[in-house]
Amino acid sequence: MKRPSLSFLSRVLAPLRAAYESLPPPVRRWTTPMLLAVFFVIALFSPSFINLYWQQVLIYVGINIILTASLNLVNGYMGEFSVGHAGFMAVGAYVASILTVWVFPRWGLGEYVPYLFPLALLIGGLAAGLTGLVIAFPSFRTRGDYLAIVTLAWNMIVKSVLENIDAIGGPRGFMGMQKLTSVAWVYVWVIITIYLLRNLVYSNFGRGTLSIREDEIASSLVSVDTRKVKITVFVVAAFFAGIAGGLFAHIIQFINPRSFSILKSTDVLVMVYLGGIGSLGGSILGATVYTVLLELLRPLQVWRWVVGPLLLVLLMIFRPYGIMGMREWRFLIPPEERVETVAALMERIRRKREAVAAPAPAGGSSG
Amino acid sequence: MPMLRIRGLTHYFGGLRAVHDFHLDLEPGELVGIIGPNGAGKTTVFNLITGVYRPTEGEILFNGHNLVGKRSDQIVSLGIARTFQTIRLFKNLSVLDNVRIAHFARASYGVLTAVFRLPKYVREEAETRERALELLELMGLSEQATWVASSLPYGLQRRLEIARALATEPRLLLLDEPAAGMNPGEIAELMELIQWIRQRFDLTIVLIEHQMRVVMGICERIKVLDFGETIAEGTPVEIQNNPRVIEAYLGEEAVV
Amino acid sequence: MQTLVQQVLNALQLGSVYALIALGYTMVYGIITLINFAHGDIFMVSTYVAFFVGTALMSQLLRLPGIVVFVLTVLAAMFATALLAVLIERFAYKPLRQAPRVSAVITALGVGLFLENFTLATIGPDPRFLPKFFPVVTFTMGGVAFSNIQIIIIAVSAVVMLLLDTIVRRTMVGMAMRAVSWDKFTAPLMGVPVDRIISITFAIGASIAAIGGTLFGMVYTVDPYMGIRIGWWAFISAVVGGIGNIRGAMIGGYILGFVEIFTPVILPASTYRDFVAFSLLLVLLIFRPYGILGRPVAQKV
Ligand SMILES: Nc1ncnc2c1ncn2[C@@H]1O[C@H](COP(=O)(O)OP(=O)(O)OP(=O)(O)O)[C@@H](O)[C@H]1O
Ligand SMILES: [Mg+2]
Repeated sequence: MKRPSLSFLSRVLAPLRAAYESLPPPVRRWTTPMLLAVFFVIALFSPSFINLYWQQVLIYVGINIILTASLNLVNGYMGEFSVGHAGFMAVGAYVASILTVWVFPRWGLGEYVPYLFPLALLIGGLAAGLTGLVIAFPSFRTRGDYLAIVTLAWNMIVKSVLENIDAIGGPRGFMGMQKLTSVAWVYVWVIITIYLLRNLVYSNFGRGTLSIREDEIASSLVSVDTRKVKITVFVVAAFFAGIAGGLFAHIIQFINPRSFSILKSTDVLVMVYLGGIGSLGGSILGATVYTVLLELLRPLQVWRWVVGPLLLVLLMIFRPYGIMGMREWRFLIPPEERVETVAALMERIRRKREAVAAPAPAGGSSG
Repeated sequence: MPMLRIRGLTHYFGGLRAVHDFHLDLEPGELVGIIGPNGAGKTTVFNLITGVYRPTEGEILFNGHNLVGKRSDQIVSLGIARTFQTIRLFKNLSVLDNVRIAHFARASYGVLTAVFRLPKYVREEAETRERALELLELMGLSEQATWVASSLPYGLQRRLEIARALATEPRLLLLDEPAAGMNPGEIAELMELIQWIRQRFDLTIVLIEHQMRVVMGICERIKVLDFGETIAEGTPVEIQNNPRVIEAYLGEEAVV
Repeated sequence: MQTLVQQVLNALQLGSVYALIALGYTMVYGIITLINFAHGDIFMVSTYVAFFVGTALMSQLLRLPGIVVFVLTVLAAMFATALLAVLIERFAYKPLRQAPRVSAVITALGVGLFLENFTLATIGPDPRFLPKFFPVVTFTMGGVAFSNIQIIIIAVSAVVMLLLDTIVRRTMVGMAMRAVSWDKFTAPLMGVPVDRIISITFAIGASIAAIGGTLFGMVYTVDPYMGIRIGWWAFISAVVGGIGNIRGAMIGGYILGFVEIFTPVILPASTYRDFVAFSLLLVLLIFRPYGILGRPVAQKV
């Protein structure tokens, strides 16, 4: 695949980059963590200087980043086409909500609910992750369009099951959640998600995932256990979708099965492909641009739902790889994986070997 | 007990009999060639050994393990690696990643170890990176380690495919027409390379090839397939003088 | 017993419409392996065309007989929808033929959402009714009541499907379609005009959906969301039958019609409908990943 150039963005960011490069290495190492900490403090105090509306927008941006990055793992990194991400989100949302509204108070923990919120999210995420197996197992045999249809069916089934359980409100929905999701919480979960996903992507599993996208048969013929990889990917993606669902439920404080329809899944798909496949930076950008754009288009009322799809179609025609297709922001690449680190290591290995023996015949010279 | 022992291997694609009653005994260290006209069933034999297809009949034993019914990745982990007739690299990934992916089965850390970057992950990753780079260096791909695989020139792509197969640390290497699409200079280089890796990694090799120069030049023993049947077997000299082989090839040439 | 026959008729009626729409999904998939997610909304647009044309022609000034209006309405809907589909293919899908396959699928999703929301924004969400082309006549036979409309829907659909099957199997166009679907790369070498055949396929798929749309509008209401509601079911029909396979789509359509009508009969709450249909789909895909009549694509190594 050809990669689109990022000339515009890199030109804008060039001075910043230069300033960063000029810092001494120890300072550079701590720049990212420091910036993250500063942003956390800002997020923590944001309610005092950002109005409620924009707080809410920020929260949606964060939730969408989690959804987009996790779906990107399946659609972008593994190259499958899942259209049912909202199904996993629903599982997380309902489980977390039931915990904070019913279970915790019933155990006499009512006043601790705000502190137990992360636990509720985590359990919601785990429940969603478990249901990820529903897609993982069929994916052993079924691929491509047919797997897409399996995920679609999954989304519809979840919605329909929720509509039929009266205890949790059926089609009327479930409410009573406190407004526990704050900008700071979302920020923390976004950082956790991106960090963990990054580590996964740059591991054995991540490479296995990419190899399935590139050529599944070749990948199993170089020892990749594709089943293990698929289980991992679907469970992890579903887990984070579940976390996002829990956060979502505790900001709008009212969920119903329709909130998790195929339209929600489509939204996430749009963000993935807008930002670009196989890129966490792209997921962050895609989710942010799309969410903010839809807010800015709000004055158009109904027409904004016309503009959105139109933009998507134009994007696909003129930039089919999204903003950052298969590229990554530098700070999201672990230092030991960056091009210059690898090149330096290679140089060391070459010198070491040259001192000992000859390479394979006719090698090296042709580069 | 031979390293690889194939008995009565037969495979049907629907009504088409692609391989029939194929036998092979491989001793460690051998370099055996398989030749035959187009559609003779050569690639299918590799596909059956590596678990891409399940044979209709027959048994395949590798160092005492029965391979029939095993998944490809399990077979590869037992020590059999292969390349493909048409290059199947992971095109959009770096040369380094192409080789590292072949370390998959050897990595022992789990998902949680990876996502939390525990010491074991960091240690194993460093080791994998170093070993993969060493192999690339050895195979003459050091300058291209960070390139995207599809940007390599054709000859180097072939070389990378061999490197990737070697990264699985095989005992037995199956090469499917490695000289396809190469010019005479590249072919000479390739022959040298095959013999070199055979020594260096202590390999047993089965080689499918249309280029007679390659097969006759480096194989000790050759099997000839035609329409799925084994029509001849022997040393290069014996094969060159075998009337059935000449007929099979002449028959093909008459069509071409 | 009587209610059973009654329900079978209802199932056939609904299944006919699903089958007609499913054909469009399956034909496009068969020829360019694209899940044309916009097809459901193309169907929706066709019912609106039928609504406007039909209403205009039924006005008292013209005094045309019902059957003439019906035929003209169907033809107008077919023509307009075919044109729309061809334009969509030309401007949205064609530029993406060399791009990664998901780009085209996403584009299709986008086009579908665009059509739906555009209709919503311009015409509004209120349900509409097609004019009555014919007076409804209800017959009773052995206690089973059925209407002339029901018979028309079932019969017209059956004829259309037979016709299509013949076109695809017997005519030059059909042969060219099969050639393109078999091998996009050699077909042009054999003198098959691939681009034109693809356009024709979109046009035929859309006009059949328009027939389905007009028939559907004669018994149910018309609204912007019907593209999704009905479209998804038709899409599942195509998959159940084996997407890419024309006869499969027909069979799938009737199966889904029966599922939809008989689920509430067997399970009391009608909300289980989706659950049953999609579970059926899921189970089918797990055990028969290529649908009832579909064939797995051979993976050459
Ligand atoms: N997946 C498949 N499905 C159906 N038939 C197949 C498949 N793979 C191979 N065949 C058929 O089996 C026969 C043997 O094919 P195979 O690829 O093993 O031949 P080969 O000896 O490798 O030929 P070549 O020299 O052209 O590579 C051929 O007739 C081929 O068309
Ligand atoms: Mg071959």
